[in-house]
Amino acid sequence: MSHSVTGRVVVLAGGLSHERDVSLKSGRRVSEALRAAGLEVEESDVDAHLLDALRADPPACVVPLVHGEAGEDGSIREVLEMLDLPYVGSTPGACRLAFDKPVAKQVLASAGISTPRSVALPHEMFRELGASTVIELLVSTIGLPLVVKPARGGSALGVSVVRDVADLPGAMVGCFAYGSVALVEQFVSGHEVAVGVVDTGEGPTALPAVGISPRSGVYDYAARYTAGETEFHTPADLAPEVASDVARVAVTAHESLGLRHLSRSDLIVDADGTVWFLEVNVAPGMTETSSVPLAIEASDWDLAGLCAALVGLAVRPDRA
Amino acid sequence: MPGPSLVRVSSTPVPQGRSTRLDSYVDRYAARTQGMTASEIRALFSVASRPEVVSLAGGMPNITGLPLDVVSQSLTELVAQRGTVAMQYASAQGDPVLREQITEVMRLEGINAHPDDVCVTVGSQQAVDLVTRIFCDPGDVVLCEAPSYVGALGVFRAYQCDVVHVAMDDDGLVPEALRQAIAAVQASGRRIKFLYTIPNFHNPAGVSLAAARRAEILDICAEADLLVLEDNPYGLLGFEGEPYRALRADESERVVYLGSFSKTFAPGFRVGWVLAPHAVREKLVLAQESATLCPPTFSQLAVSSYLADHDWKGQVKQFREMYRERRDAMLAALQDQMPPGTTWTRPAGGFYVWVTLPEGIDAKAMLPRAVTARVAYVPGTAFYADGFGSSCMRLSYCYPTPERITEGVRRLGGVIDAEMDLRRTFGGPLPRGERGYDGPQSDLT
Repeated sequence: MSHSVTGRVVVLAGGLSHERDVSLKSGRRVSEALRAAGLEVEESDVDAHLLDALRADPPACVVPLVHGEAGEDGSIREVLEMLDLPYVGSTPGACRLAFDKPVAKQVLASAGISTPRSVALPHEMFRELGASTVIELLVSTIGLPLVVKPARGGSALGVSVVRDVADLPGAMVGCFAYGSVALVEQFVSGHEVAVGVVDTGEGPTALPAVGISPRSGVYDYAARYTAGETEFHTPADLAPEVASDVARVAVTAHESLGLRHLSRSDLIVDADGTVWFLEVNVAPGMTETSSVPLAIEASDWDLAGLCAALVGLAVRPDRA
Repeated sequence: MPGPSLVRVSSTPVPQGRSTRLDSYVDRYAARTQGMTASEIRALFSVASRPEVVSLAGGMPNITGLPLDVVSQSLTELVAQRGTVAMQYASAQGDPVLREQITEVMRLEGINAHPDDVCVTVGSQQAVDLVTRIFCDPGDVVLCEAPSYVGALGVFRAYQCDVVHVAMDDDGLVPEALRQAIAAVQASGRRIKFLYTIPNFHNPAGVSLAAARRAEILDICAEADLLVLEDNPYGLLGFEGEPYRALRADESERVVYLGSFSKTFAPGFRVGWVLAPHAVREKLVLAQESATLCPPTFSQLAVSSYLADHDWKGQVKQFREMYRERRDAMLAALQDQMPPGTTWTRPAGGFYVWVTLPEGIDAKAMLPRAVTARVAYVPGTAFYADGFGSSCMRLSYCYPTPERITEGVRRLGGVIDAEMDLRRTFGGPLPRGERGYDGPQSDLT
């Protein structure tokens, strides 16, 4: 179980990724939760002053809540490892696997989990081979409708659902503005579900699944971060055996990618009840409109208690 | 990889399903708040505030040259000598001494006005709001330049006005386009309430209304019996010669004039004004009473003291020289760095250059790439109410140093090159615009 924490906890949020704004909101909320749990908390951006500050006065623990590149690809955690500072969340190697959606999908497929058909290609491949030929091949391989998304990144930034092949070039351009590799994925129609997984030292446990029903029909940036634009159902309205399935898939993602402490898997449950894995997040959003805090409140934890427990776990001498 | 283990699910008995939209009031908001949603573009501006990013997006005046010691002394004296007045409610129309001083400021642009016809407002932004409030019902048409000031478009949207854009060229508003727009709106049976125009050093277009066109624009509006809302925050920040003559200088009954101290002194005081014909002014005072009771007394007296005790015209001259140096840096960098097919305006004052990108480039879709390259701008669509402007962007030279401007434009050149490469690869239609409220935050307006 958790270890008592003395000394300050540094919550890292912000950074320079496209998700800076979301990260600042996540950081603020988790900081408040940790303070409510009685911990001393300092919120910090990731900038040129960070290392000096951490070295001059090492904190008891760091909670990295930087989203997007650097935050979720393991980079910041590598630095924390070099500084020998305890931190909440997954190790750099596990983050690298999880943050790269094509890699994570492959790992999950190997573990027997269904994941939509997909192809990951860099911009250069379209340029060198001819975009129209590659697009034709993509459509014949994946089928329509399909989803175009950056291979690395979150918050639905650069994501488009393409129903007409004529819209595909524009979707590719929008995607490549966010990153150099695009994941083109079969569109699976169904019930969108987010499942948090926590491990406070007794093995990974799935939180109640959160069902997501955006008012516009698309869970895009506006639907994610505007209160009122999306209806969340906690627990998700699923048949008992499907509820078990989504929990199993999320825990499988957590374990097979070697994740630690907390993760969130984004899944689709189709009309047949099949659970499809889309992606997993190692620094899930903790904003006022994020699903993981809803799931936590619907479990036998509260946000303050769980955040404090994870910090306690991170500072335990064996760093479980 | 470890295989899946026995699944553990949270031990709490499955609660009764709870549905929430995380906003208890979601079905109660006024229709005018529709569309006020989070947007990717606004989120990207959050990164632009970091020092690593050269922000050519912000419209913040650079006030580092202000004589803070003088201002400090003036404020100290204000509190010591008139503190109980400065911190008290006052007239909704504004401080009489300040209104007298405002008429002196306007005289520099050829306006002869009486202080009784001046209303002090919370920045000229509130003047736009008050004028729209007293004139516009939902569905009324407001004519605006294409593009137009994003902050005014936000006001018109809030009052549910229907904005009709009118074309500009390098000499500002095009008279024939104005005639056609008026005719088209009238033919549709709708009512135009006013023409909103920024004749000098336009935000965002960077152009000014040519002297030869000014009388013609006023004549067209007279023929159509149209009110003109002349917004002139940058009028004293011209780089060449004397200030341009205001439209209001030649037409007192048909023009409502808006002025501001945000660029000639400092925006933090939030002091602007509106000069209006008598009957309109009466309505504005009543509207101001219901909006704020009175504009901030402390700010008004602070501005008044500054104008009285300091060589404010000398300070404005310093500002002009600083902004001219930055304008020159930006134009030189654009000349060096922009790819063929890019065009831009050459402002003779103010803060902004309007860039039109090579065909097929979408400035909004390109913004994430720019932020990755650590440079920011405002996509052109923010300055249109109708979705146009996707191939344009506004660049500001007011805040960064000339060296940073040069570096920012260099980065931007690389971003545009990469985007053109992508366009060459894919061709095809542009990405569809996202939903959401894309207007920049106040420090970007």
